[in-house]
Amino acid sequence: MPVVILRAPLKDLAGGNRELRLEGPDIRAVIRSLESSWPKTAGWVLDDQGRVRQHVNVFLNGERVREDAKVGPDDTVHVLASITGGS
Amino acid sequence: MRELLVGTKKGLFVLRGDGPDAFEVATRAFEGDVVEFAIRDPRTGRYFASVTSGFFGPRVMWTDDPLGEWQAAKGPAFPEGTDTSVDRIWVITPGEADGVLYAGVAPAALFVSTDGGASWSLNEPLWKERIAGDWQPGFGGLALHSICPWPGDPQRLAIGVSAAGVWLTEDGGASWTTGYTGLVPRYLPEEARAGTNTLCVHNMHRAPSAPERLFMQFHGSVYRSDDAGSSWNEIAEGLPSGFGFPLAIDPADPDSAFVIPLTADADRVTPEGKVRVFETRDAGGSWTARGDGLPRDDAWLTVLRQALGRDGEGSDLGLWFGATSGEVFGSADAGRTWATVAPRLAPVTSVRAS
Repeated sequence: MPVVILRAPLKDLAGGNRELRLEGPDIRAVIRSLESSWPKTAGWVLDDQGRVRQHVNVFLNGERVREDAKVGPDDTVHVLASITGGS
Repeated sequence: MRELLVGTKKGLFVLRGDGPDAFEVATRAFEGDVVEFAIRDPRTGRYFASVTSGFFGPRVMWTDDPLGEWQAAKGPAFPEGTDTSVDRIWVITPGEADGVLYAGVAPAALFVSTDGGASWSLNEPLWKERIAGDWQPGFGGLALHSICPWPGDPQRLAIGVSAAGVWLTEDGGASWTTGYTGLVPRYLPEEARAGTNTLCVHNMHRAPSAPERLFMQFHGSVYRSDDAGSSWNEIAEGLPSGFGFPLAIDPADPDSAFVIPLTADADRVTPEGKVRVFETRDAGGSWTARGDGLPRDDAWLTVLRQALGRDGEGSDLGLWFGATSGEVFGSADAGRTWATVAPRLAPVTSVRAS
C-alpha cells in the first residue's frame, strides 16, 4: 500500500498520524480511503466533485499530481497546503 | 513635518504631522478604490499611487501635489498579443537613472518608465523568463512585489517574485539570472524541492550603504544575502515565527532589519495576540522585540506586505506600519517607543513615508 504523508491540520484530523498506509488505485481513491478511516478529514482534500481542492497540493513521489493520477503500492503521497491558500 | 502615504482598501490617506502621536489626515484620495501602494519619488517630489477600481481595473496615478488633482499614467499594460492583462500593481520604485522608475505587477512582470512615470513599458526579457519558467502564483497571485535598485548603478537590479524567487540583472534588464541558492521551500515535500522555481518570496530589501547585502522575508523564514542576492542564509532563529510579509532596513546600518512576524500561513495574525516589530542589528544573528507602546493584549492584527515604511536613519529612524484593522502605528526613535498614528482608517495595504 502507498504511504500517505500528512501535515497539519490534516495530520491532526487523522488522529495525529503523520504517515498512513492507505489503499487505492489512484489519488482520489487513496484520499477516499483516508476519509473512510479518518472521517474528520472528509471534504478537506477533495471538493464536492471529487477533485483536489484548489489550494491543496498532492505530490506523488515528488511530482505534483491531480486526483486521477495512478498510485502504486510502493509510492509516496504527500498532501499539504498550497502557498496559494491561507487566511 | 513628516508625511505618510497610507494605501487602504478604501482610498489613499495622506497623513501629516510632527511625530507619531501628532498626525492628521491631510486628504483622502481615490475614495472607494483600493490603493495598493503609494510613494513619493524623492528625486522629483512627484507622487505615485497604484489604484485598483473594482469596476475599471488597475492604473498608476501621479501628481506633484497629493492634495490636488491626480493624472493617469499611460500603462502599465501588456502589449497586444501577449493575451495578458495587468491585474494589480504591487509596487512602484524609483530607479537610479534620471527619469527611470520601475513597477512590479501581477501577473508577475516588470514595467519600466523612462519619462518620470508618465508612461510604462514591459521588460520583455523577464517576461520571456516567466513564460519559459511556468511561474506559479502564491496566495496573493503571481506577484512581482519587490524591486531593489543598486545605489549608483542603474544597470543592476534585484527583484522578488511570489512565487518565482529572486531574479537579478547586471545589464539594465537585458538579461536575468536567478538567485535561488540557499532558499528552502518547506511548503514542498523534500523530494520536490531540488530545482524547483516555486520559491515564495514575500519581501526583499537592499541595504543602501552596502548594496551586496539584502534581506528577505520568505514564506516561512527570513534570509540574508551577502553576495547581491545570488545566495541566501537563513536568519529566522529567535523570531516567534518565520512567516510574515513586511520588511524594512535602517539605511545607516547594513546589519539592520525589521520584520513583523505573523503566526503562520494558516493563521496570519500577530503571534500571541501581541503586536511587535522584531529588530536585528547583527545581520540576523539575534532579534529583539520592539513593542513599547504597541498593543499587547488580544491584539490579533494582520500586517500586509507593503504596510511597513520608514524614513530617516540611525537613531532618528522612523518606522511606520498599518494593519488590516485600519490602525497605523509609528516610531520616530528607531523602534524604541511607539504610538498610534491613526486608529481607524480602512484596511491598510501600504505605508510609505516621504
